Amino acid sequence: MKKNNKALKWIVNLCFVFISFIALFPVFGLIVSSFRPSSDLMRSGMSLTFKFSELSLDNYLFIFTQADSYWQWYINSLIISSLIIVLSLFFSSMVGYALALYDFKGKNFVFTLVLFIIMVPFEILMLPLYKLMISFQLIDTYLAVMLPLIVAPIAVFFFRQYALGLPKELMDAARIDGTTEYGIFFKIMMPLMLPSFAAMAILQGLNSWNNFLWPLLVLRSDSMFTLPVGLATLLTPYGNNYDVLIAGSVMTIIPIVILFIYFQRFFISGLAVGGVKG
Amino acid sequence: MVNDPITNKIEESSKERVYRKPGKLAFLNSKKVAPYVFISPFILSFLILTLYPAIQAFIMSFQRVLPGNVEFIGLSNYERVFNPTFYLALKNTTVYVILTVIILVVIPILLAVFLDSKLVRFKTIFRASLFIPSLTSIIVAGTIFRMMFGESDSAVANQVVGFFGLEAVDWRYNSWSAMFLMVTLASWRWMGVNVLYFLAALQSVPKELYESADIDGANIFKKFRYVTLPFLKPITIFVVTISIINGFRMFEESFVFWETSSPGNIGLSVIGYIYQEGIQQNDMGFGAAIGIILMLIIFAVSFIQLILTGAFKRSDE
Repeated sequence: MKKNNKALKWIVNLCFVFISFIALFPVFGLIVSSFRPSSDLMRSGMSLTFKFSELSLDNYLFIFTQADSYWQWYINSLIISSLIIVLSLFFSSMVGYALALYDFKGKNFVFTLVLFIIMVPFEILMLPLYKLMISFQLIDTYLAVMLPLIVAPIAVFFFRQYALGLPKELMDAARIDGTTEYGIFFKIMMPLMLPSFAAMAILQGLNSWNNFLWPLLVLRSDSMFTLPVGLATLLTPYGNNYDVLIAGSVMTIIPIVILFIYFQRFFISGLAVGGVKG
Repeated sequence: MVNDPITNKIEESSKERVYRKPGKLAFLNSKKVAPYVFISPFILSFLILTLYPAIQAFIMSFQRVLPGNVEFIGLSNYERVFNPTFYLALKNTTVYVILTVIILVVIPILLAVFLDSKLVRFKTIFRASLFIPSLTSIIVAGTIFRMMFGESDSAVANQVVGFFGLEAVDWRYNSWSAMFLMVTLASWRWMGVNVLYFLAALQSVPKELYESADIDGANIFKKFRYVTLPFLKPITIFVVTISIINGFRMFEESFVFWETSSPGNIGLSVIGYIYQEGIQQNDMGFGAAIGIILMLIIFAVSFIQLILTGAFKRSDE
């Protein structure tokens, strides 16, 4: 029995090594490729065999010295994503908190609405929304990119699930102490909800940093592009900017990795609350 | 005004406070009004960014929308929808949904169960490496996959294929390999996220249950079937629902390989078709009609799925 177990352990662990290899290989491939001559890459693809002598920093030198528009995209993405994280966490947590801890008329209706909107694909509303942005004259602005993401139903749902587990007695105690309803939320309950904030920061950060179709619609000029939209313009068979595309792709991953490392210890516990009761 | 501790302390109900301190905004602090203030961002965003566009989409689907010239044309958008291109887009999308749902539910459950067991060492490393692909944006992931699955013999995928003595594949130009590329790309990016969902749910399985199952002499498979799976049911329903909806929303997985037009539409999805017609051809009415039909399909599928999995029969809380 014991021997059997040991063999099983080896097999399972080897399987995981293999699976992790598959998961990581493309990312490593990208990083290694970013040090190779970019013109070769798109023509002949990423190859398992290459000469170490052809590795160089050329792509990065180019991107740091001559790719001004790349850095403009980077700044656009950073601004838009940080604003989305801050605003969407602020608004979504307020809504989720009220849905969990207050009793008011229409509460169940609103919660059902939240669940319903999660089920409606954004892309179906995309055309009328696009028309709306045109009539608001918001085309080619940060605001147009951000608006649909500011109150995220999925985040509302997670915050509600998390807030359900908070002690309601604290609210009554605070009321007796003369704290206002808003003071209770901002000073007492919000700090208690921090783990869910961390989890949602990762989720919303990922969503906005990698958001593609909507920015593609509402952004027109090169100087307003976000990273995914900008990089996509380089992803053509006729382009000659593969150095920016490859090295630039590597550098888009950095902020999101930092965000993840920073918040990751709350991530699983945050997900657990939302998912399990879901 | 509202922060005055002495008056606030005396007050029992917020209604009284409104009378006693008739400040302009004092009513906002009542226990009855506050929740509405809290949910107002959602209500606003729902009205402007969901309800209004939804109604607009419905109306537009009966219209021919040209700049400065909008006319009602009855059902003719809907009549035009059911054409071979739409059927092909729907077929591609459906196959994609089925494959991704199967791959992205079954494999993550197994991986999560193993990662949660005592069998696996270095759990954190494995978990992290599975999750890393989801940090890449679809464009970055697409760039990588295009380089890996290039047409030339020297691209990774064809090197592997060649290693097994097979002929190099034009990955982006066959119908089967097109689907393979899109499903692989999606599976690669989302596997780790779904593993995390299931791992999170596994934390809720009481360990004593396994011990008592051990005493009863249950083997690994029985424990999995009768102890683990029932606890994973809610999260599984959640993941399946999300995967179905995300599958029907597929556009970017195709865009990164062929931009907006693939050879013979082998990579065309329903959303891609909406993009082609509604944005590129500027036929918004037609695009809206496709959208409405897609929404009905998604609702029908989700509804059937939720009934089959018994999501409506819950009695907790």
